[in-house]
Amino acid sequence: MSTTNFTVIRATRTSQVAAVVMLALVAIGASAPFWAGSDITMTLVEFFYFLALAQMWNLLAGYGGLISIGQQAFVGIGAYSLVALAIFGGINPFIAVFVSGAVAGLVAWPSSKLLFRLQGPYFAIGSWVLAEVFRLLLANYSALGGGSGISITESVTDMDSWWRESLTYWLSLVIGVGSVVAVYALLRSKQGLALTAVRDSEAASESLGVSVWKIKMSVYIVAAIGTGIIGALIFLTKLRVSPDAAFSIEWSALIIFIVIIGGVGTIEGPLIGTLIYFVLRNFLADFGSWYMILLGAIAILTMLFMRQGIWGWVANKFDLHLFPVQRRIQLENKE
Amino acid sequence: MSVLLKTNGVCSHYGDFQALFGIDFEISEGEVVSVIGANGAGKSTFLRSLVGLNKVSPEMVVFQDEKIGGLPPYEIVKKGIALVPEGRRLFPSLTVEENLMMGGNPGRKGDWNLRRIYDLFPILEERRNNPGTALSGGQQQMVAIGRALMSNPRLLLCDEISLGLAPLVIRDIYASMPKILASGTAVIVVEQDIGQATRIANRVYCFQEGRVSLSGRSAELTREQISEAYFGSH
Amino acid sequence: MINLIDTLIQGILLGGVYALFATGLSLSFGIMRFVNIAHGDFIVAGAYAALALIGLFPMYPITTLIVVVPALAFIGYWAQRLIYNRLLGRDIMPPLLMTFGLSIILQNLMLEIFSGDSKRLDAGDLVSSSIQVTEDLYIGLFPLGVFLLSIALLAGLQFFFAKTATGRALRATSDDKEMVQLMAINSNRIFAIAMAIASATVAIAGVALGMSKAFDPLLGPPQLIYAFEAVIIGGLGSLWGTLAGGMILGIAQAIGFRFDPGWGLLFGHLAFFGVLLFRPQGLFPKTRDR
Repeated sequence: MSTTNFTVIRATRTSQVAAVVMLALVAIGASAPFWAGSDITMTLVEFFYFLALAQMWNLLAGYGGLISIGQQAFVGIGAYSLVALAIFGGINPFIAVFVSGAVAGLVAWPSSKLLFRLQGPYFAIGSWVLAEVFRLLLANYSALGGGSGISITESVTDMDSWWRESLTYWLSLVIGVGSVVAVYALLRSKQGLALTAVRDSEAASESLGVSVWKIKMSVYIVAAIGTGIIGALIFLTKLRVSPDAAFSIEWSALIIFIVIIGGVGTIEGPLIGTLIYFVLRNFLADFGSWYMILLGAIAILTMLFMRQGIWGWVANKFDLHLFPVQRRIQLENKE
Repeated sequence: MSVLLKTNGVCSHYGDFQALFGIDFEISEGEVVSVIGANGAGKSTFLRSLVGLNKVSPEMVVFQDEKIGGLPPYEIVKKGIALVPEGRRLFPSLTVEENLMMGGNPGRKGDWNLRRIYDLFPILEERRNNPGTALSGGQQQMVAIGRALMSNPRLLLCDEISLGLAPLVIRDIYASMPKILASGTAVIVVEQDIGQATRIANRVYCFQEGRVSLSGRSAELTREQISEAYFGSH
Repeated sequence: MINLIDTLIQGILLGGVYALFATGLSLSFGIMRFVNIAHGDFIVAGAYAALALIGLFPMYPITTLIVVVPALAFIGYWAQRLIYNRLLGRDIMPPLLMTFGLSIILQNLMLEIFSGDSKRLDAGDLVSSSIQVTEDLYIGLFPLGVFLLSIALLAGLQFFFAKTATGRALRATSDDKEMVQLMAINSNRIFAIAMAIASATVAIAGVALGMSKAFDPLLGPPQLIYAFEAVIIGGLGSLWGTLAGGMILGIAQAIGFRFDPGWGLLFGHLAFFGVLLFRPQGLFPKTRDR
């Protein structure tokens, strides 16, 4: 009987091509402040932070199996940490952005212990209640501006405006691209394999020694850290924080719509979804509430008829994977 | 005696896993037929397929000359097939009497009603207002059987009704069989206890890994034949 | 001392309101394991429906119930049969995300149709009158009425579930929706009936909301949160538990308001998290999770 050797391969032809294309795009993007106008770079900043938020939510929901409609809690915590650190701590806001992520992670730890007592849809609503609690706490805390909010312009006014905008832009590029890379790296790692196993079958994973509880909590905290960093970035660009803006449910609404339409549970999905969102936003900006209605309707229809999202459908039809996280076995027979 | 139910090559899948590989089966009016086999042989899956809880193609199950494969359970029950499920599956929020009344929901005419069920299993009348699950195992089994009978079925499917019960209790439960048959109902009995199965049935089928490995009149089958069919020659 | 009693009474009466909001949620989850994130928005929609009706045919707000309740029940029945039933299954994502999307859509739709201005269902003197209990203690007539209404509603539902065939079928469905099919029950239809009942309570809650305070299209989410907290505090699966949960929530909020208006809601949330921490199954849980 002949023994069969096999190698585990991951990259596909398409993914290798895609990687090159994406690297080129990132390089071009990095140079943007030098040749693009302010409005283009500002739009790109928004694109990057929505992309990053979408990746974080997708990590939580699509891979961690935790559906949260309360991630705005960490957007807000990130934003307010930035304010506290930059204004009261005197720390450079660009550095404070990352420290804010750590703060969000610290808050996420006890929060998860509380929230994990709830299951499924009740976990989702609970996450929303948590965000509401933070909103109320900060609305009542006058030192950080109370209900009307606080601005952070004073911590950046001594900076040249081109530099400030460009630094903000590069920061957002790093965060946007970084979120994709980080999620990709995580999923290709051993932890990532465990995560996918847990998503597919909790019972089976438990029996193989995977601590489902610990993994979910880690994912929750990682997503919180990421979201906190992004929240700080967002309000660094807006220069003004208020509880209603920072902890608004609209963050969750937009991200969720983006991820559903793009495709939950894939890395390419949030990317596609964010692109679609920006295209739609461009055309519908004048229509006020109708644009949210349309977005919501598309998301619902996607959920009803094309559950895997646009990218999911494409990937299934053409067996396309730009970010291959699956491991394939290539057999070679030895005579 | 006319054929009541006939199956043609019933196949059943749980996702990618195939549980049944073409079961041919037949039962006539007034008969008792046993289905025996080891755990995982597909006996419960087969019963579930008959009653519509597992999906099959229309022509695979023919009941009273009608193709019923693929129909939803709530329609099959109205046509006259009732299941006493594995593990009894009583409704915990309902009392004994309410469980029985649920069984009468299909609204089929016949001999069975609350009064006759209580005559069949007198202990249930004493416990009629207790929650369904506050009874002993044997009593719960009686409720499960009574609930199925309340729909006045022409065919009663019993899935491992002796499981977990003491021998005396099992004897009492099977003692009710003649009365059930007397009302014109045919019975398919899925059993792990081979002795019980052959005693009570006219004919026996043996399942092994999703296939029929043996079938015949219980009086004519030998222990060796059954043993081999049950355990196989692996 | 009188302050304490007054606060307690306010809290208890508020509990009646929350129980009213929560009943639909409790039913829907108990029977179908289905949580409608748009629940609060449907309550607000009920208030707007009443408003629109009054705009067409001037009437007392209470009279609108005659139209609004059957209308919402009808919509709920068909929404469940045609749309929600398709989403039910082992995966929790589709119903959750779909109703979340529905929530956003409803809010924005109401914004477009009715604008963001606060509206009120004018109930005249009813809302501001109170009855005098003792020399210093007054109880608002309307809150008392709503409280009694919610008790009546809960009692009515309990009776329905205990004594009618449909009620029995609903209880059996919440126990074991597979077995119940063997009792000739079409789960599609029974779920739709459950949703119709839940929607009817939502309509009542909406009119009560509209009469008790100024409402706007974005008021839905807080109602969902109060309803949800009442259900969790009280324990899943028990209607009277939901009333108890609502009262505890109401009392916590009332106490919070006493200290500082900004703290009312916060105290409620803290009470909720407290229960979650020390007795996660709630105070009077009844549902078995399969």
